[in-house]
Amino acid sequence: MPGQKFGPAWFPGLIAIGLAICGALLVRAGLREHAPLFAMPQWMQRQRPRRAVAMVLAGLVAYILLADALGFHITGVLILAVWMRALGASWRVTALVAVVATVVIHFAFYRVLRVPLPWGVLERWAF
Amino acid sequence: MGVLAQAFALVFDPYVLWVILASAAFGLFVGAVPGLTATMATALLVPVTFFMPPVPAIASIVTATAMAIFAGDIPSCLLRMPGTPASAAYTDEAYALTKKGEGELALGAGLVFSVIGGLFGTAVLIAAAPALAEVALKFSSFEYFWLVVLGLFSAVFLAHANPLKGIVSLLFGLLVSAIGLDNPAGFPRFTFGNAELAGGFTLIPIMIGMFAVSEIIRNIGSIDEPWEMAQTKIGNVFRGMWTLTKRYPIQALRGSVLGTAIGALPGAGADIAAWMSYAMSKRFSKEPEKFGTGHIEGIIEAGASNNSALAGAWIPALVFGIPGDSITAIVIGVLYIKGLNPGPTIFMNNAASIYAIFLVFILANLLMLPLGIAAIKCAKQMLRAPREVLMPVILLFCVVGSFAINNSIFGVVLMLAFGLVAYVMEENGFPVAPAILGMVLGAMLEENFISSMIKADGRIFAFFERPIAGSLGILALAVVSVPLLRRLYRAAR
Repeated sequence: MPGQKFGPAWFPGLIAIGLAICGALLVRAGLREHAPLFAMPQWMQRQRPRRAVAMVLAGLVAYILLADALGFHITGVLILAVWMRALGASWRVTALVAVVATVVIHFAFYRVLRVPLPWGVLERWAF
Repeated sequence: MGVLAQAFALVFDPYVLWVILASAAFGLFVGAVPGLTATMATALLVPVTFFMPPVPAIASIVTATAMAIFAGDIPSCLLRMPGTPASAAYTDEAYALTKKGEGELALGAGLVFSVIGGLFGTAVLIAAAPALAEVALKFSSFEYFWLVVLGLFSAVFLAHANPLKGIVSLLFGLLVSAIGLDNPAGFPRFTFGNAELAGGFTLIPIMIGMFAVSEIIRNIGSIDEPWEMAQTKIGNVFRGMWTLTKRYPIQALRGSVLGTAIGALPGAGADIAAWMSYAMSKRFSKEPEKFGTGHIEGIIEAGASNNSALAGAWIPALVFGIPGDSITAIVIGVLYIKGLNPGPTIFMNNAASIYAIFLVFILANLLMLPLGIAAIKCAKQMLRAPREVLMPVILLFCVVGSFAINNSIFGVVLMLAFGLVAYVMEENGFPVAPAILGMVLGAMLEENFISSMIKADGRIFAFFERPIAGSLGILALAVVSVPLLRRLYRAAR
């Protein structure tokens, strides 16, 4: 910004300097302790938690990509089902909860709170 | 008197009372289930409260968090797992009591001294906040600048074992707050030409990510470890409470005082208050050797402490807009949305609403007694709630909640990204609280600095020329330098 001593670059600049200094100090501390470059959390070594966490992240990404096209209801039931199965729920519980929870959220948010949840391919049956 | 009558009318309205009861049940459940925290309860409540009038919206958060912090003690006794991080300090102690067959006593003390601590913190809040506001009315940008700095520094240097990682977390938060057009110069920063970025990040989806999604990821990582419940009979939880109150009045008072103070300090909340009170209790106890073997004294002090910290955190949040803990960091956003802008003038412009909030604090802590007993009675059922169903449903709720704030899928993107960031940070020992504080206070820090600099024409010493600003400045510098000097002194010896 012309004519101004403390413009918009000043604050982020200070943050950057601070981060650089702290980063250097942390690297030094790490080198001193001979810490490993990269360490995996414990659950990564066990298959079920590893798959479950992967499914959770994949489900969230899928929701972000699909919700507008497929609509909230189909996407919601699908990702709930994937998550519950990955965590070890039975098929019966999965089917029941996936549908009931999606319907309850629909009523709470779409009806009561008036959040425009996307209908997607179900648009023409929207109620 | 008119204001107080208005406040009563606002609270004792059937709708508000219904909201309070429902939030209490929600808070008790979230608190009692390990892995679901009080902060997470707040983050999950925000999308729902978004659509409520101000008083019930704030009431639901106040009630749910108070209940959750108490209910965190329940699985400590039964599972040896803290229900919320605020109970972690004395989880082993409580479980040892259960093993000795005194689970009833541990649960009762958790409940009764939570109520005492909560009421104490509330009393201090009611007395201190309006008085502080009187003083704060005279504050200029210099004082506010130092207050924010003091808050940020104390979050980093007083609350955590590794201040370096705390600073990194804080700077990350400040960096996030710098995104967008909303800066003194009105210049777009870090937007990459993207319209979503130009508006800056909406904090609520970020908080849902950092407090709920990261916690769910952590939970799911341990999904194959079953919970083992201790067998214990629970009859009248109030038996022996009067004796305890008579034997340990100092401990209850000391816990409440320290808890309120830690709560009021920005960046440190109920969990740190409980750790510090437990340590203090052991240090001043006549029987420190009994600590860790199932001794009730530390539970009394720390149990009072964590509930009083909740109310204490509201003091700086209401008066200055500086959050005292992670919960009030979320609350401040809600206050702005509801038109209850925090600051010293809140006590003049919105007096009735503020007194209504104070009333809710009292009511919530009193309600804790009957509802707490009910929660203890059905603890076993609550702890049997299947995690493989609970976690997915909460996660979908988070998704919809993040979407609902701006009706934009970008909210869900933010939630996921910051959920992952928070998970990785915590796994590597970087505290999340300073980052949140940085995001909430970044704009206030920059604005007050720039306007002070313009007023002072670039002279740094102007920051120390006004008496209160100068004292706050020196205090802020002391918070940084004292721990550093102490470390140097120790290294030199």
